[in-house]
Amino acid sequence: MTALRQAAEVVDPVPGAGAPHLPQQPDLIQLLTPEGERVEHPDYSLDISDDELRGLYRDLALVRRWDVEATALQRQGELGIWASLLGQEAAQVGAGRALRADDMAFPTYREHGVAWTRGVDPLQVMGLFRGVDNGGWDPAALGFNLYTIVIGAQCLHATGYAMGVQRDGAESAVLAFLGDGATSQGEVNEAMIFAASFAAPVVFFCQNNQYAISVPIERQARVPLFKRAAGFGFPGVRVDGNDVLAVLAVTRAALQAAREGQGPTFIEAFTYRMGAHTTSDDPTRYRLASELEEWKLRDPIARLKAHLSRSGIADAAFFDSVDAEGDELAARIRQGTVEMPDPEPTEMFDHVFAEQTPELAAQRAEFVEYHASFEGEK
Amino acid sequence: MSQTLTIGKALNLGLRKAMEDDPKVMLMGEDIGKLGGVFRITDGLQKDFGEDRVVDTPLAEAGILGTAVGLAMRGYRPVCEIQFDGFVFPAYNQIVTQVAKIHARSKGKLPMPIVIRIPFGGGIGAVEHHSESPEAYFAHTAGLKVVAVSNPVDAYFGIQQAIAHPDPIVFLEPKRRYWEKAQVDPDATPEPLFRSRVIRGGDDVTVLAYGPMVKTALQAAEAAAEEGRALEVIDLRTVSPLDLDPVYESVRRTGRCVVVHEAPVTLGLGAEIAARITENCFHSLEAPVLRVGGYDTPYPPSKLEEEYLPDLDRVLDAVDRSLGF
Ligand SMILES: Cc1ncc(C[n+]2csc(CCOP(=O)(O)OP(=O)(O)O)c2C)c(N)n1
Ligand SMILES: [Mg+2]
Repeated sequence: MTALRQAAEVVDPVPGAGAPHLPQQPDLIQLLTPEGERVEHPDYSLDISDDELRGLYRDLALVRRWDVEATALQRQGELGIWASLLGQEAAQVGAGRALRADDMAFPTYREHGVAWTRGVDPLQVMGLFRGVDNGGWDPAALGFNLYTIVIGAQCLHATGYAMGVQRDGAESAVLAFLGDGATSQGEVNEAMIFAASFAAPVVFFCQNNQYAISVPIERQARVPLFKRAAGFGFPGVRVDGNDVLAVLAVTRAALQAAREGQGPTFIEAFTYRMGAHTTSDDPTRYRLASELEEWKLRDPIARLKAHLSRSGIADAAFFDSVDAEGDELAARIRQGTVEMPDPEPTEMFDHVFAEQTPELAAQRAEFVEYHASFEGEK
Repeated sequence: MSQTLTIGKALNLGLRKAMEDDPKVMLMGEDIGKLGGVFRITDGLQKDFGEDRVVDTPLAEAGILGTAVGLAMRGYRPVCEIQFDGFVFPAYNQIVTQVAKIHARSKGKLPMPIVIRIPFGGGIGAVEHHSESPEAYFAHTAGLKVVAVSNPVDAYFGIQQAIAHPDPIVFLEPKRRYWEKAQVDPDATPEPLFRSRVIRGGDDVTVLAYGPMVKTALQAAEAAAEEGRALEVIDLRTVSPLDLDPVYESVRRTGRCVVVHEAPVTLGLGAEIAARITENCFHSLEAPVLRVGGYDTPYPPSKLEEEYLPDLDRVLDAVDRSLGF
C-alpha cells in the first residue's frame, strides 16, 4: 500500500495540440484575478459590453440569493433537501451565458445557476427539492434538460443528443455538466469515447469543486482533470471557475469549435464547493475550515463586484438595486415554495407510458376506489 | 452484555466485530471513510482499521464491485457499500454477470464471499433514486443470495453471518428504520441467516414481510387485534433462498396469507411466494394469497410516497379482503 500512496508522477501530454481554439500551454485561464483585476489572456479575448458585465453580476448575485433562500427553506422544513451551488456561481453563470438559445445543456442536480440562465423558473427547481415532481420544466423549450441525479448518466445523453445535432446538420452545440467525482464513472468515460469517435458537437463542462461529497479530488484523479481529455483525443482546458469572464470566454470558444465541427472539448472549471454537499451533509467531518477561508478570498461574486466598482462600470446605486431585486426574488421563491400545492396522488400513474396499459389503468382505478373508501373517515 | 442499539449502530458494531474476527474482511464504498458513510454505518471504522481495510473508493459502482471480485479471488472478503439502492445499477453488470456466476463458472474453485450492502426502500422524503426496492432483480439472479433485515438483532448478527458466508450476498438494510431501537445481546446465540421467523402468533391470517415492512405488518397485527383478529406475522428475513416451511405450517393453520413488500407487486417476491404457497398448501387455502406492495409506477416524488408505500391500512384492507373470501 505504501507504493500506492506515492501518487504516480503526473504525466504531462500536450492537451490542446492541434486544436486551434485552445492554447498550446493550457494553465489556469483567468481574465479576472481574485482581486478583481482585469487581465488579458493570449488565447481568450472577451469582447463584452458594460451592460453585459452588469448583467453577469446580476445573474451571480440573484442566483446566490436564491441559493441562500433555498437553504433556509430546507432548514425550515419546506424542502426535503437542497444541493447548494455556493461558490460555483461563476462557473455556472459563465457556462450558461455562453450557450445560445438553440444549444442544449445537460445538468446534474446542482446546476441552478445554469437553470437560471436558461430561463427555468426557480420554483420549478424548488418543486423537485420539495418532492412535488422531478423538475417539470420543458427541456426542449428551454434548451435545458431535466436534472440527472445518477452520477454521470447525462454525459452519454448529451453525447447522443450531439450526434443527433450532427446528423441534422444543425449549427448548435451541447453542453454536458459533470462533477469531479463523476469523471470516475464508466459511463462518463464511455461518453467521452463516443464523443471523440464521432467528433460530436458536445462540450464536457466539469466543475471541479474539489469534492465528491467527502471524497477529495485526489481519489478520483492523479492528473489534473483537464489532462484526461488528451487520452480521449480531444482538447482539455482548465479555467478559473470562480472567474465568470474566463468561464464565459472559454466555454464560448469550445461551443463554437463544436458547432464548427471540431468535435468535443473538456473544460475543467476549477472551483470550490463552499457549502455542504447537500443540506444532509456535514463537511466538518472531512475538511478543515481553513480551506474554506482560503477559498473565500477567491469568491466569484466579490471579484466581479470589485472590478465593476473600480472600473466605474457600476456604482452603489446599481448594487443596491440588485440587492433589492434579490430580496424580491427571494420573497417570491419563499412564498411560491411554501404555497406550492402537493401533486394529485393519481399523477404517479399518468405519465409512466405514452400509451397507458390496461393493467396500469386498472391499478389507477383501484387506487382511486381504495382512497375513496376512506372519505369522511379521516 | 445486552445493550440498546439502533439498526444503524448494530450494523456498525457488527461490521467492527467481523473486521476484528477476520483480517481479510475489508470495506469498500463511497464516503465510507472519514464521513462514515452517508448513514454513518461505517462510522469510526477507517480510523480504527486504517485506509487499507476501509476504502473510500472513486465514484464508480462498477469499479467497486469489479475490484471486489478481484480482491475476493485474492482471498479477501470485501463488503461493498452501495450508497443508495438507486445507485447499484452501474454495478449491476458486475453483480449479475460476474459476482453471481464465477463460482459456477469455476466449478467451485473460485468462491465469491462478497457482501453488497444496500440501504433500500423509501419513506425518507428523498429525491429520485433514493427509495428503490430492487430485491427482485437480485433474487431473480441465480448465484446470488439476498437477505433483508428488519431489526437491530438481525442487523448485528446478520451482517457478521453474511460476511462469514462463502457465497455472495446482497444485504438489504431498511434505511428508514436505521434509527429503530432494540436490545441486542452480543453473547446470544444468533438465529441462522437464511431462516424466516414467526414474530407474532395468530390463527386468522398469516402476514409475511421483510425489511422495512416488518414493522408495518406488526402495527397492522396490533390494530387487527383490537378488532379481535389474530394475525400471525412472519419476518421472512431472507429473500433468496426463501425459507417457507414456517410459512406453510402457518398457512395450513390460518388458510389465509397476505404478503407485503414495498417493491412493485408485479413480478415481485410476493408473486413467487404466492405460487409456492399455492403449490404447497392448496388444500388448506380459504382465500387466494394476496399481495400488498408498490404500484407499477416509478417510485413517486416524495410528496406522494405515503400514497405509494404500503401502510397499516393497506395491510388491513388486504386482511379484510382475505377474510371476506
Ligand atoms: C451512480 C451514483 N452513485 C452515487 C451517487 C450518490 N452521490 C450523489 S452526489 C455524489 C458525489 C458527486 O460528486 P461530483 O461528481 O464531484 O459532483 P458534486 O456533487 O461535487 O457537484 C454521490 C456519490 C449518485 N447520485 N449516483
Ligand atoms: Mg465535486
